Amino acid sequence: MSTWIAVLASSLIAFAIKLSGYTVPPALLQEPRTLRVTEMLPAALLASLVVLQGFSSGQHLVLDARAAGLVVAAGALLLRAPFIVVVTLAAVTAALLRMLGWG
Amino acid sequence: MPADRAPVIRQALAVAAATSLYGVSFGALGVASGLTVLQTSVLSLLLFSGGSQFALIGILGSGGSVGAAVAASSLLAVRNALYGLQLGSTMRPAGWRRLAIAQLTIDESTAVAVSQSARPLRRVGFWVTGLGVYIGWNVMTLLGAFAGNALGDPRRYGLDAAASAAFLALLWPRLRAREPIAIAVVGGVVTTLLVPAIPQGLPVIAAAVAGSVTAWFWPKRWTARAAGAAE
Repeated sequence: MSTWIAVLASSLIAFAIKLSGYTVPPALLQEPRTLRVTEMLPAALLASLVVLQGFSSGQHLVLDARAAGLVVAAGALLLRAPFIVVVTLAAVTAALLRMLGWG
Repeated sequence: MPADRAPVIRQALAVAAATSLYGVSFGALGVASGLTVLQTSVLSLLLFSGGSQFALIGILGSGGSVGAAVAASSLLAVRNALYGLQLGSTMRPAGWRRLAIAQLTIDESTAVAVSQSARPLRRVGFWVTGLGVYIGWNVMTLLGAFAGNALGDPRRYGLDAAASAAFLALLWPRLRAREPIAIAVVGGVVTTLLVPAIPQGLPVIAAAVAGSVTAWFWPKRWTARAAGAAE
């Protein structure tokens, strides 16, 4: 039930945000500092999510097969690999390491 | 006119195909995070914004609260308002179309639209990319969700590592200037410090606040120099 609330609430909010770009008076969004914060916010959030998904387990920081997957993903990104390749390589790396008994 | 449109349509379809493909990873990760196939698909149908979708399932899957998951997802969606702002004069939305245009306003449709020279071509770029991604992303989400369901234990196939790599791949193209790099570092460090200290789901919100404060107080002259170097 609570998952449904999360799914529907976030969908509704995202739609309202998308619509607001066309309806809110531009001056309100174009204030330079507001604009900068809005543009920069994803960098902070995504970096935070990399750490959470890559190095945390509950309230603990851990170093396991996911970290190796991230290193391989970074290498693939440096070589300009497409998204699906990056994600797949990370998964394969972690899966192989776990098959060998690590992480 | 059709001759002008052909390259725009080709570009739009290429972007749509590439983006749709990774809908598979979203679908698989959705069920790996504990959502049902239906919940995962509803996210792609209604939320329809990749970063926000990955954030929501990531936080729910790692035991974060509903509030934290919705907050992180919504904060990641804020950039879509800027896209609408950029596209308003091109799309001039009215009536029911306004709702369709709003729903299709995402990274990809905006990028293809604004890179065209003339207004009619920008509109073609927006619609073909937006509808192409919408259809492809939803079909691939469904496929991925069924596949993920069939696979069983997500850790065995490294799907948890795929989730963190997905966020890294979404972050990567943003790291082209000094300011976003600094803000990403702030977000990462704040999260690392707070994970052991505060309840699950809250570190990501703290990172958003710290990142926003950094962007707010970032000295203008640093941005100018960094932007000049990046161009």
